[in-house]
Amino acid sequence: MSVAAISATVAVVGNPNAGKTSLFNALTGARQKVGNYPGVTVERKAARLTLADGRAVDLVDLPGAYSLNPRSPDEEVTRRVLLGTQEGESRPAAMVCVVDATNLRNHLRFVLELKQLGLPMVVALNMIDLAERDGIRIDAQRLQSLLGLPVVTTVAVRRRGLEALLAQLPPLIDTASSSAAPVAAVAADVRALNTQARAIAGQVLLSEGQGRKITRAIDGAVLHPVAGPAILALILFFMFQAVFAWAEAPMTWIEDGFAALAEWTPTFLPEGALLSLVNDGIINGVGSVVVFLPQILVLFFFILLLEQSGYMTRAAFMMDRLMARVGLNGRAFIPLLSSFASAIPGIMATRTIDNPRDRLTTMMIAPLMTCSARLPVYTVIIAAFIPDRTVMGVFGLQGVVMFGLYVVGVLSALLVAWVLRRSITKGASQTFLIEMPKYQMPVLRDVAIGMWQRALAFLKRAGTIIFATTVALWALASYPQPPENAERPALDYSLVGHIGRGLEVVLEPIGFNREIAIALVPGMAAREVAVSALGMIYSLEGDEDEVAMSLVERLRSAWPLPTALAFLAWFVFAPQCFATLAVVRRETNSWRWMGFMAAYLFVLAYAAAGITYWSAVALGL
Amino acid sequence: MPEQVTLGSLPPGARARIVEIAAGADGSDLHLRLYEMGFDEGVEVEVLHRAPLGGDPIAVQVGGMVVAMRRRDANLLTVALVKADVLEAAQ
Repeated sequence: MSVAAISATVAVVGNPNAGKTSLFNALTGARQKVGNYPGVTVERKAARLTLADGRAVDLVDLPGAYSLNPRSPDEEVTRRVLLGTQEGESRPAAMVCVVDATNLRNHLRFVLELKQLGLPMVVALNMIDLAERDGIRIDAQRLQSLLGLPVVTTVAVRRRGLEALLAQLPPLIDTASSSAAPVAAVAADVRALNTQARAIAGQVLLSEGQGRKITRAIDGAVLHPVAGPAILALILFFMFQAVFAWAEAPMTWIEDGFAALAEWTPTFLPEGALLSLVNDGIINGVGSVVVFLPQILVLFFFILLLEQSGYMTRAAFMMDRLMARVGLNGRAFIPLLSSFASAIPGIMATRTIDNPRDRLTTMMIAPLMTCSARLPVYTVIIAAFIPDRTVMGVFGLQGVVMFGLYVVGVLSALLVAWVLRRSITKGASQTFLIEMPKYQMPVLRDVAIGMWQRALAFLKRAGTIIFATTVALWALASYPQPPENAERPALDYSLVGHIGRGLEVVLEPIGFNREIAIALVPGMAAREVAVSALGMIYSLEGDEDEVAMSLVERLRSAWPLPTALAFLAWFVFAPQCFATLAVVRRETNSWRWMGFMAAYLFVLAYAAAGITYWSAVALGL
Repeated sequence: MPEQVTLGSLPPGARARIVEIAAGADGSDLHLRLYEMGFDEGVEVEVLHRAPLGGDPIAVQVGGMVVAMRRRDANLLTVALVKADVLEAAQ
């Protein structure tokens, strides 16, 4: 057979929380290739390893699963890969099954189920240090003979036992190529396997230990009826402070870097269309997206910490009741929370939701969480139109309006989720049934690898779809060029100007004037661009702060109050962010869902702006 | 013969032995997942926590694992009390 020439695939499988990803990271480091399985949004992580005998193997980290009877797209992939029916993946020659040593009783059942597949496998008895700390003693020799499988004890986070584990692979792969075709499908009797697993556990567990004392103690505080929610609120508060505070400086560096780049290009590019394309189109456009990278990294730093420490499931546990009211489940909480920084990491974080309908619903409402890019728009309009006075003695009216916009966003999100769950994403919602892992110290290596993978995924987007759309938008905003003796701003003469004037017909009923209509077109790239576009239209020059300052004056005289309020209402809903739409396209693997999201948000934006405008006019504001 | 109740009705601190796991409503195979996670007839479980808001879901210890589940799902499990003194304390 020619198979020997090609490197063999070895699958890493195991229950969720068995330390599978940690083991994979420890074995492969940063050499991982992350992609998607074709047709689904399940992440595929793989890396090539060279074994001691010189042969190469492709190690594939399969999604964590409780059984081969799938209940999520992730588990479906695991099943299909192991049966050899997954598109684009050859059937593994062998398996490494990761088992949590502190949880042997529950994990052995899956080992027995996997064994029935007939693939050669080695069992990694992981977290053996934590088991010993808890007083759990396991007779690994006995386990090996009872299972009829090689067993290696490992501590993935301390890189213990890795060599011994890898040393098991060559003989396994050799058995694979010589043995007969393995079983194609398994009909496991779950209860029979349970009984068998408990019998084996009973024989190899020399001492049960004193249970998870530390985890119980922490849970006593963290899930306390009063202290629990307070701790959650504190953590979230700190997280958001950090997302804004820590990201601020690097965001300025990135902005300055792109600005320096734009100053440098004229030294070798002649004045003209090419320079304008490079500076106004590419540098400006891609720069306005890459600038979010620090926020994304800080946010994922916290999310990874919360996930790895085990706290994330506690947060989901506490929020489940609330989310259940609108047909979601507790796991939707963190992605939605992330969306306050930016919908992009929020939508990327929905990967933790197993049920495709729940996940889709969560993605669809994520843009309704007020992201940081809306702040520049809100700030300018509020400064121009909302009087700076106090209400009820203590609250500044401007602050109250700002807070109100956030609340409107959240309430709309819940309402939209409720409607979607009863219409388009109808169907049994997944119940909330998850394992609460023991608390663990996060491992720097795992956090770093996770952040690196998120950053890469985001930058790839910025480099492709977002790059293309910003260049297209630049072209629309630059051509045709204004005549020599132009009286109106250049944007007015361009295709964007024409599109804007066309939109004016549609937007006029909700109180938007021509200037707004024109500004909304380049503002499609990113919300805050609408502010600089308005500045451009009102022919203001200077840096961003000066534009904002004088724009406030200019808007105050140019817009009636109902128009300004309608504009705010518009921005609560309008999906004016190419980056978000691009990420939705990628995560849903569907243009239709992206289109649906854009359409429903525009309809809501139009209705909200209209209702605001008409009521304001009726009230004589 | 110890008193038989549903798991979802038990307060934190209660320990019980599983008597029966009923099939989920609407043909859901939730009971299969419960078996896969380590729940089984004859296995002992302990209710550890209730969620602070509304007392739902609950956290249940089964073997070496703690599982968070909604009370409605926990009611698929009929259990016999092992340690019931917390019941009076809760009432």
